[in-house]
Amino acid sequence: MAIKQVERDLTFRERIYILEILKALRLTARHLFRNLFVHIAHRFGLLRRLRGGVTYQYPEERRPFSPRLRTLHRLTRRQDGSPRCVACMMCETVCPAHCIYIVGGEHPDPQIEKYPVRFDIDLGLCVFCGYCVEACPEDAIRMDTGKLEFSSYSREGLIHDLQELLSRSTTPPKR
Amino acid sequence: MEYFIQFSKAFFIFNLVMGFMYILTWLERKQSALMQDRIGANRADILGFRLLGLFHPLADAIKLFTKEDFIPPGGNRLLHTLAPFVAMFFALISFAVIPFGGIYSLGGYSVSLQVLDLNVGLLFVFATMSMGIYGFVLAGWSSNNNYALLGSVRAASQMISYEITMGATIIGVLMIYETLNLQEMVLAQGETLWGWIPKWGIFLQPLGFILFATAAMAETKRVPFDIPEGESEIIGYFVEYSGMKFGMFLATDFIETVLAAALITTLFLGGWQVPFLGSDGFFFSGELWVALSSVTVMFLQVSAFLLKVSVLCVFMMLVRWTLPRFRWDHLMRLGWTIMLPLSILNILITALILLWIR
Ligand code: SF4
Ligand code: SF4
Repeated sequence: MAIKQVERDLTFRERIYILEILKALRLTARHLFRNLFVHIAHRFGLLRRLRGGVTYQYPEERRPFSPRLRTLHRLTRRQDGSPRCVACMMCETVCPAHCIYIVGGEHPDPQIEKYPVRFDIDLGLCVFCGYCVEACPEDAIRMDTGKLEFSSYSREGLIHDLQELLSRSTTPPKR
Repeated sequence: MEYFIQFSKAFFIFNLVMGFMYILTWLERKQSALMQDRIGANRADILGFRLLGLFHPLADAIKLFTKEDFIPPGGNRLLHTLAPFVAMFFALISFAVIPFGGIYSLGGYSVSLQVLDLNVGLLFVFATMSMGIYGFVLAGWSSNNNYALLGSVRAASQMISYEITMGATIIGVLMIYETLNLQEMVLAQGETLWGWIPKWGIFLQPLGFILFATAAMAETKRVPFDIPEGESEIIGYFVEYSGMKFGMFLATDFIETVLAAALITTLFLGGWQVPFLGSDGFFFSGELWVALSSVTVMFLQVSAFLLKVSVLCVFMMLVRWTLPRFRWDHLMRLGWTIMLPLSILNILITALILLWIR
């Protein structure tokens, strides 16, 4: 194996090493004591605006999402509360993962042709591409719930049905 | 009564070291977190109290105790079990000669706060430290695993190289204080130079202090010198260990950190000495003095020792989380071609100065 020799031009200061070590220690110690100070101040309710670390304490504290982030789907409703979806199958057709399954039924209102009897999204297959939202002519499906946690103990638990999709509401993005 | 005093001293220092070890595992997490702008482990709670993550070492211990204790087939059962005990025993026993307080007369007894008043205290520490290497070598050898064996070979060669530097460095200290007894050495550090500088090792032997601190850090096998373990990529001597036996190796590292801190304190930072504090109160120059009772003085001096050790532990953590690991050839070159000649130079300079003074 060929060995590549890298020539480094170290000054004398860098060569004796100990001064450079002290410089590094100064940097880390500055972070240590600054954060220590901020944390102690937080205990007394001071300096709330300064953060003592870049960590988000996840379940209690959430990172602010971008408003255009694609999160869990929801189906929107009409004024009377029925689903806005007309079972046109656009989203089912465009879905690259084939994870939407719709059964249409005849709507009693002659103005509206159909309504979904079943509307299942298999989140185990969904790739969160957002094409279904783009394709929908009725603005019936949206991905703006701000929820990302949908883990489940079984594959069946990942299939979300009509009622579940209708029951979600949007959370306005926090800034 | 003699036995009681002796026992309580041993009890105190043992629990002290174990307490330090417990706190250090916590400190390692928290301090590294703060240094890297993180928060650190804070989830373990008892009845909803989290106490800044202080329960995490407890959770660690429960986890380690309940894990399977695996002895590799083909390994040597006896030696495999013995190795962590050897490593930990010799790290702990060294504390017997470390003086954590001065000599006080309490209730008619003259109590020297040092478990074992050995004339050859310093040599005893070095002997136990060298014996401790057996634990690591046995661990690698009895695992029947080539990587573990290589790790223990690395451990042995590193510790032997740095022990030479350490030994050569303290010769300078010996020449100044003219004793191997650690308690007497600390007593000698209570005097002052030109009336105001305490005669601490760090002021008389600045080069020796830096060399000794570096070598002591290398002895603890922690990060800038963690080639024996190399926990992140190259595998160390404890690769075949699990459960509490693995935990004992980790604990040994922390105990050695405390030991290194205690040794540096004793040799170079004046041990339990508080500047200007004599056996019956503070004494500044001339008329200025504050009388204190013997118990108060004892309390102050033991706390001074603990404070110095704690500060050094924090400092060693700081170094551990700042510097990357040495490469093996760099480590050996540093040890043999820089540290060893410098420590011999230190002896020479000390000898010349002593000759010139006398
Ligand atoms: S986000 Fe994409 S993959 Fe998921 S349901 Fe909509 S179209 Fe299908
Ligand atoms: S595209 Fe819109 S309206 Fe059509 S089936 Fe999908 S959700 Fe319903």
